[in-house]
This record gives sequence, structure tokens and C-alpha cells, in this order.
Amino acid sequence: MKKLFLALPLALGLSGASADELQTRVEQMMLDSFKANGIAGLDRQKQDAVQKACSGLTPPDAETMKKLEAAEMATIKWPTDGNFTGGDWKEGQKIAASGRGLTWTDKTADNNGGGCYNCHAMDPKEVSEGTIGPSLEGYGKLRGSSEEVVKYTWGKLWNSKAYNACSDMPRNGYGGILTETQIRHVMAYLFDPASPVNQ
Amino acid sequence: MASPMRIRAAAKDGVTEVRVLMSHVMETGQRKDSSGAVIPAHFITELTAKHNDRLVLAAEFGPSVSTNPYLAFKFAGGAKGDKLVVSWVDNKGDSRSDEVQIA
Amino acid sequence: MRRQLLFTALGAAIALTSPLAGAAGDELNFDAYREMLADGNPAELLEMEGEELWRTARGPKNATLEQCDLGRGPGVVEGAAAQLPRYFADTDKVQDLESRLMHCMEAQQGIPSAEIINGQFLKGERGKLAALVAYVVTHSKGKPIAIDLSHPRVKEMYDMGERAFRYRTGAMDFACSSCHSQDGKRIRATQLPNITKPEGAAEGWSSWPAYRVSNSQFWTMQHRLWDCFRQQRTAEPVFASDVTIALSVFMAGKGNGAEARWPGVKR
Repeated sequence: MKKLFLALPLALGLSGASADELQTRVEQMMLDSFKANGIAGLDRQKQDAVQKACSGLTPPDAETMKKLEAAEMATIKWPTDGNFTGGDWKEGQKIAASGRGLTWTDKTADNNGGGCYNCHAMDPKEVSEGTIGPSLEGYGKLRGSSEEVVKYTWGKLWNSKAYNACSDMPRNGYGGILTETQIRHVMAYLFDPASPVNQ
Repeated sequence: MASPMRIRAAAKDGVTEVRVLMSHVMETGQRKDSSGAVIPAHFITELTAKHNDRLVLAAEFGPSVSTNPYLAFKFAGGAKGDKLVVSWVDNKGDSRSDEVQIA
Repeated sequence: MRRQLLFTALGAAIALTSPLAGAAGDELNFDAYREMLADGNPAELLEMEGEELWRTARGPKNATLEQCDLGRGPGVVEGAAAQLPRYFADTDKVQDLESRLMHCMEAQQGIPSAEIINGQFLKGERGKLAALVAYVVTHSKGKPIAIDLSHPRVKEMYDMGERAFRYRTGAMDFACSSCHSQDGKRIRATQLPNITKPEGAAEGWSSWPAYRVSNSQFWTMQHRLWDCFRQQRTAEPVFASDVTIALSVFMAGKGNGAEARWPGVKR
């Protein structure tokens, strides 16, 4: 009886260790199988807390998600002048349509695209639009421009993981993909009544 | 020297269907490389197809034709075992001629 | 008469130069267009070049590849690609078609693997390897994909590949799964197979390597994976590295039983 009692936790411990060992080897593989090229350095192969937590078959538990989201929320940089507007929707349109930037064939980390159309519908007239993210057609017209909506949108653009730790959307501001000025332009593309998104 | 073409020719009910795949860069002369230099024009200008010694197709090609062009056409006549020769010449004077037997 | 024929010739050419001609643009459906292309898939030109390379004595050892063992015995090309990747005892490695050909080029012809690993796609010996790929895969066209997952080393690579598939990293937090784990999704107009399901994995695995009409290039699976990682904004994957083999085993293994359609033709 005593023997059986001892054997059980041992067996469980072993299977746990083997899954961990596999994970360690995968992490090593994700480093060893890559090389730095231009602006795409090997630091990109190391996961941060959010990336690591969201690489499993299922998302982490609710409590872990909340903790991760709080940490990401703290990284959001709100507009320096307290004003969310002032962008140019025409500039925003260019940023939304461009999927360029940050690959090893890009020379600098500046002037990146937002790649919005890769995953979202925005201008109802555009047919070449992705479907991974929700449609943003009529964004400002449908949601209005209350402070709550505007603030949420800025935050979501800056760091999507603050609202859903395992969101598929890149962290545009936090990750240095877009500048504050560029995010302001994308805001205008989403909210400006004259923007094609709201026609 | 230019790479060989892949030619298929099949006769049925007195009509021969020919399908030709050519290996050629077909540069328009309008593109620039990464350093901004114009990539010189290099494209097929003339193509002929002969059934035995009879000319069955003569075509003028130009820079609007795609890389590795594909050409399909039919002609009246031709029988199994007959010779079909497809030839092309490009603007640099390079040429290529390939022969198949009609299936 | 001459004018009539000229028109026919140009008509055939236009089908290749204008991607949207004849396709239902509104539906974002390129199937009809692909069907038109399949008849004259320029990958066949690569296949001819590859067959020639297979039989030509080359390299410092001035040898052909006719003794290369792709898993079905020395020199057997028929059906070999459909069973790759597999475990090879002589190298003690799980190898895909490209890493196996690279091994044969070094072992039999004396062409250093480093030249291929450090080279560029479409160029030099790596470009020649792609032509050999075109030749070998054509001899598995129509065959069922049959990866031996009962081999412990292959199964181990499959498990690593499954985790690598979901491994989020890089400047945009993407993993393969960010785009390839749901049905019916698109990036812009490009339809994305759901690789977490057998049908989607088979679609991905069985349609590459392929000739890409938009840039007139023949892309192998190594090339395809390399560009996926570029778009994911990771660092650059090393040619034939473990992650590329692991992901290939995962995709091929999940797609087991589906029919290989190699070489494909893509927009």
C-alpha cells in the first residue's frame, strides 16, 4: 500500500518532466535554427511573458490573463498632449494599406506600415482585405467618438495585449511598429467622418 | 545557350494541337534592378513552328509577353510520328530550336 | 492568315501576364485562373533541368546523383518525395527532400553543404537543388502522402513541429498559428489553409513546391517556410535547420493520406 502511494507521484512527476524537456528543446531550436540578418536580430527569437503564455494549445487561465493584461496596460503611452485627434486620415489610409517594415529585407526600422488591411476590412470599397480580425467598416460612424471609445481605440492600437493578452494583433506602439504620429493618423482614418471607412 | 523548350503535340481527327513551354527571361527593358540601373531588354522576337518542312505558325513576340511563355495552338493536318519543329529568335540574336514527334 | 496566328499567340501570352483576366475578381476566387495555368506550368522547365542535373556528373568528385538514396533505395525517385521527411540511418537525422538532396550532393559529388546553407534561394547550388526538387517531386504526383510517424525520431520531430507552429515570437508576436489555425480566413486576398486540421495541412504540404506566376519563380517548401518567417518578422531561419524540418514533418504528417499535387502553380 505504502509502495503504491509512492509510485504514483513519481510517475506523474516523470511525465511532467518530459513535457518540460520537450519545451526546453523547442525553445533551444527556436534560437539555434535562426540567424541574425540586418534589423532582424536573434533577440527576436526569445519570447517575452505574453508570447510565452500564449503559445500553448489553450490560452492561460483567467487570472493569468488578467495579470498579463495589467502589465501590458501599463506600457501604453497616451497622447502627450492629451488629445487623441489631429491626425490626417489620408496618411492613416496609407499606413493601414502598407504591410511593409521590420523584416530582414527592410533597411531601417522607420516608416513601417500598420498592415491593417492584412487582417481587417476598413474601407467598404476595398475588396482585397483580410478576415483574421473583425471588420472595422464604418468604425467611427457605428461606435461614435465618446472618450471611452476613443481611448480604448488608442490603447488597442498601442498595445492590443492590454485588452486580450493572447490577441493576434501586433503591439503597434509598444513594439515600435508605429510611431505616436502614425497612430494618430490611423485614429483619424478610423474616426474622421470624411474618412472612406465611415462612408 | 538557351534552355530547351517543352513541346507537346498530339494529332486527333486531322487536327494537331501543339503546346509549347519556353524558358526565357522576357525582360521588358523597363524594369530597374535594386541599384536603380535599367535591366536591359531581352525578349523573344520571332517564333515559328514547322510541320515537317511546312510552316504552320509564325508569330511576332514582344516585351509584353510573360517570363517563360506558354503557347498553345492548333493546325489542320499532322499525323502520329510526323516531325514538328518550334524555333525562336530573341532580340540579342540568341535562338533555340526543338523538335518532337507528333503523338 | 499571319494576323490570325499572331492573335492566337498573343492571347496565350496575355493569360500569363494579366493575373486577373478571366478570374472572378469579385469573388476573390483564383481557381479558374489556376486551372488555366496548370496546363502550362513552367515548373516543368525546372523539372527538365533537374532531371538533367540528376544524371550529369558534377562537383569535385565528378559523379552523378544516380546513387542517391532518397529513402526507397539508391537511385529510386519514383514515389520518394511522398514519403519524405523520414529518418535516415546513415546521417542519423530526420531529413526532408531538400536536406537529403543536399546530403547526396556532398556525399556523392563533393559539393559542400555549407555552400548551399550559406547561399541564396534561386542562385548557385541552392538554385540547382531546387531544380532537382522539381524533378523528384514530379515523380510523386498523384501519390498519397505517407510519412512514417511510427518511427520515434519522426514522431519526436512532429511534436517539436507542433510546438514550433504555435511559438509566438518576433517583432509582431506572430506564430504560424496566428494565420493558419482557423477555417476560411484570408490575408488580403490570399486564402489561408487551416494547418491544425488534416485537410488544411494536406493543402499546404501538397501544393508546394510551386511555380509562382506573379514573380516567375519556382519556390521549394524551404523557400516557402523561409518567406513565412520573414513575414512573421522573426530572425532568418537557416536553410534545412531543425525548425524547418520539424514544421515540415508536422505539416506532412498531419496531411498523411492526401494526394500530392506537385509541382504546384500559384499566383
